[in-house]
Amino acid sequence: MESNIKLITDDGLRLDGRALNEMRPIKIQTGVVEKADGSAYIEWGANKIIAAVYVREAYPKHAQNIDRAIVKARYNMSGYSVEERKRPGPDRRTMEISKVVTEALESTIVLEKLPRAEVDVFIQVLEADAGTRIASLTTASVAVADAGVPMRDMVVGCTAGKAGGKIVLDLSKDEDNFGEADIPMAILPRTKKIVLLQLDGNVSQEEFDEATSMMMNAIPRISEIQRNALMSKYNVEEGE
Amino acid sequence: METKQIVYPGDRVDVDDLKPRNGMYENNSEYFSEYFGVVQKSEKFIDIAPFNSPYLPRANDKIIGKIMDIGATMWTVDINSPYYSLLHMNDTPWHVSSGDLGRYLNIGDYIYAKISVSNEIKESWLTLRDNGLKKLEVGRIISVKPPKVPRVIGKGGNMINLIKNETDTRVIVGQNGFIWIDGDVDNVNNAITAIKIVEKEAHIIGLTDRMSEYLKKLKGEN
Repeated sequence: MESNIKLITDDGLRLDGRALNEMRPIKIQTGVVEKADGSAYIEWGANKIIAAVYVREAYPKHAQNIDRAIVKARYNMSGYSVEERKRPGPDRRTMEISKVVTEALESTIVLEKLPRAEVDVFIQVLEADAGTRIASLTTASVAVADAGVPMRDMVVGCTAGKAGGKIVLDLSKDEDNFGEADIPMAILPRTKKIVLLQLDGNVSQEEFDEATSMMMNAIPRISEIQRNALMSKYNVEEGE
Repeated sequence: METKQIVYPGDRVDVDDLKPRNGMYENNSEYFSEYFGVVQKSEKFIDIAPFNSPYLPRANDKIIGKIMDIGATMWTVDINSPYYSLLHMNDTPWHVSSGDLGRYLNIGDYIYAKISVSNEIKESWLTLRDNGLKKLEVGRIISVKPPKVPRVIGKGGNMINLIKNETDTRVIVGQNGFIWIDGDVDNVNNAITAIKIVEKEAHIIGLTDRMSEYLKKLKGEN
């Protein structure tokens, strides 16, 4: 379908008024699920996602790893989280996201410290508005840290893409749907190791480099928001 | 006021001449935190004390556990941890015959027990054969986060003794974060509120004094 939607206005701004390298506002809160070992809630633009973490002996017994933990992240979308009702239950896309989120978290959790255990990460998308896999991973990482599961680093995610011929940071729904490319990426901020990188669409080598460097610049800011979220639970009391 | 250094997973920890012990990993002879917590330095060692972490069984810990399942010779016990623990019928003060375990401890019963053995894959076995270890017949059980247990007990037990004396209750604190409280209903409720405050404000200096005032005030109202 040939689209004639103009994603970048004449004054160089995007449809929602953001500059090319501007992110949507992000808000994270921890401790939102009382009975979970750790939990976090994120509002990333219009995305609303809850992540809850439970640590327990892996079940069934034959699934246990004798020397390390297994990680199971489950990404689930609510029926009315998207414009047209999503048929509930796992499908091709949610299975894929669960898999990439699990693998990203596996790379940072110190699995040997929890032999035979299973780290369950339940991710529930209440409202989706582009970039949920990265928002899920960002909030899941906060929830895992909140649970006190040993991890080598936090995981910070970000997206960039190509819309209206320009490389833009943190795609909105329209840019995702009608743009040329979408590149979600997640890294460990200390070592700058990439733990998730996907590409949907077409970009040239130069455009790809520009997008990744744009995301690398944005990641310290997201990392800061994660840290403040973890701290806020204790800050209130410290102020006394 | 001296503030403790707060670290996040992946933060570099300044070890200086101290020996790094818990909650850190090494990379190129530098140390990094594994937890969101505070740096704790003692004379020789440096540790990261996490704000929250699951309880991992350790030999000789006295814990409170809940019977989850009955086998032919062993009870499976929930010890507020990712890992279940086991209690063998020969590790009790009773003469239990195999297949008849339900007569002594049933599913849902609580016990105050000691971890006699734990191994590197976090399997553990309990014993009831020691002073003060028993089945908990009456009272109520609450849970606090395992890393907050030392604060609930206080230096030399002064915090928990304060709560016991001021609320007139009997309290047993398990190292795993389960706490047993017995007494009059109102007193028990007061003790629970007090313990929950200690858990929440565990990292603030001068808590024992404020707790003492708070409990005196509670007592005055009744």
